[in-house]
Amino acid sequence: MTLFLQIALDGILNGMLYAIVALGLTLIWGVMDVINFAHGEFLMIAMYVSYWLGFLMNIDPLVSWVASSVFVFLLAFVTYKLMVSHLVGKPALSALLATFGLSMFLKNLCLNRFSPNFKLLPVTVLSGKTIPVGSLILSLPQLVIAVFSLAVIFIVYRFIASTRMGWAIQATAMDKEAAELMGIDTEKIYGLVFGLGGACVGIAGGLLPTYMPVHPEVGSLFGLIAFICVAMGGFGSITGSLFASLLVGLVEAFAGFYIAPIFKYVAVFALYLVIVMLKPKGLFGW
Amino acid sequence: MRHRQSGFGLGCTIFGILAILPLIPGPLQGPFAKHVLVMVLLFASMSQAWNLLGGYCGQVSFGHSVFFGIGAYGAGMAVVKYGLTPWPGALLGAIIASIVSLVISYPCFRLKGHYFAIATFAIVEIFNRLFMVWYWVGGALGLDYPIIEEGWRNFMWYETKTPYYYGAFALFVLVFSTARWIERHRIGYYMRAVRDGQEAAESLGVNSPQVKLTAMAISAFLAALCGAFFVQYNLRVDPPMVMSLDMSMRFVLITILGGLGTLWGPLLGAAVLIPLQEYTRAIWGGLGGGVDLIIFGLLIIVIVIRQPRGLMGFVSWVVGHRARARGRG
Repeated sequence: MTLFLQIALDGILNGMLYAIVALGLTLIWGVMDVINFAHGEFLMIAMYVSYWLGFLMNIDPLVSWVASSVFVFLLAFVTYKLMVSHLVGKPALSALLATFGLSMFLKNLCLNRFSPNFKLLPVTVLSGKTIPVGSLILSLPQLVIAVFSLAVIFIVYRFIASTRMGWAIQATAMDKEAAELMGIDTEKIYGLVFGLGGACVGIAGGLLPTYMPVHPEVGSLFGLIAFICVAMGGFGSITGSLFASLLVGLVEAFAGFYIAPIFKYVAVFALYLVIVMLKPKGLFGW
Repeated sequence: MRHRQSGFGLGCTIFGILAILPLIPGPLQGPFAKHVLVMVLLFASMSQAWNLLGGYCGQVSFGHSVFFGIGAYGAGMAVVKYGLTPWPGALLGAIIASIVSLVISYPCFRLKGHYFAIATFAIVEIFNRLFMVWYWVGGALGLDYPIIEEGWRNFMWYETKTPYYYGAFALFVLVFSTARWIERHRIGYYMRAVRDGQEAAESLGVNSPQVKLTAMAISAFLAALCGAFFVQYNLRVDPPMVMSLDMSMRFVLITILGGLGTLWGPLLGAAVLIPLQEYTRAIWGGLGGGVDLIIFGLLIIVIVIRQPRGLMGFVSWVVGHRARARGRG
């Protein structure tokens, strides 16, 4: 029973990490109908920012997540201005392929500059700390990311639901032309949403080097899992992607333990297929 | 009718030029240049196989590396495990790929847009992991070819690449002739009708699921044949080499660059992207810094933004311009 609970706990904590990565993707997908294939690479860049700040200047990831999220916000904003703005409204495939090119570019740039070696910050406030809860063990870095993830999701949700800017974002997502006729600068909204999507993943990436090594390929799998979570949750639904992320985390943990570690992603992808077969628009899609 | 004749002439001209290409003395004689030519023809064929479904029928699949891989494993298993010639393996692989494609796509075709695209990502990852742990087909180590007698019977040569070139050329002729036949045939019109407006096509009596499944089966069959050629050329196969998202992406990129849903687009795309990829790899790849892929990634971005209709869009603009000029004169 302890084992079962421990696996469930790990699955939920991992799921919360997926949730914050998927949040950025949900925003971009829901508002602009663009699949950002470089989303995982944004995570990797954020991890490198946090890693180098920690390695060169001894700044703890608990502080440097601010820097990495600002950095990825700017990176995403520039990406929007230079690339994606030319592709919104074009066939969905163009944006996907262009961002695939971007992901290839970023991945290999980091490979070139920082070598393919795994890099981990060994001494931080959080690393290696655990909290015993009864007979269960709670890993502190993962817990911190889960708390951040919940907080960020809550803030973004409130921001979209109840600020003027949030309403403008919703209006743009529903009907771009009508929003423009109402005087909303949709170009600005798109830039902001793309940047915000980057900032969310930047926060996660900033905290990750406390327990996960950085290397140029680290983002690929996260990117893919985030697609799965977003699509499983349903087009542009924040709650949907949160539930889907938790489900993915749990399925991954249980399949990894009870079947075989190599099958954990097979189980996740199979789950996605089963769910969209039953509900072709995802769990919370309409 | 006239139009049909001129299109036929163009096809014969291109086939003719490609047939005599290795005989021309000069820079094309070197082994590396031959390798690039073989890769161009192989990836042009593979992208055309993808184009049948993705371009003509409008179903953008990122799962074609699975069928490519099944074909590769078909030939590989025949040679490595059973000591046969690769031919029956390639044929069996192609048939299995067709069947697998039908089983997978029957439920997947209900999904639309990004949901379909992500489902095909998921399928690639599932097959990749399954082949990794399937010891009967070599698992993660893959299949390594034994050294056996060279020649057409075993489809294997060690000293020269010219027969490989003609093998790739035969594959190319097969795939492009099939594509052209489909383009002019009833099923080709149905496929384009489903792509341009599924509801409208259905209201006119087109059985759209059947059309999509037919396109998928043909596409997977041809993709598997390309995979069989690929393994015979590389003399080894393992799951990440053939069944990966990067591989699937390559077919899509080439077709988009050349021109989605056009007959000669995949050849044009492959003729530009493959030499670019091979030469950047040869020049910078050895330094170990991924410079080739940095440049490649940038080029993809520039191409997609600057020329969304692909190179065929550019070609048809030039041809139209000349025709207009001639009309005026």
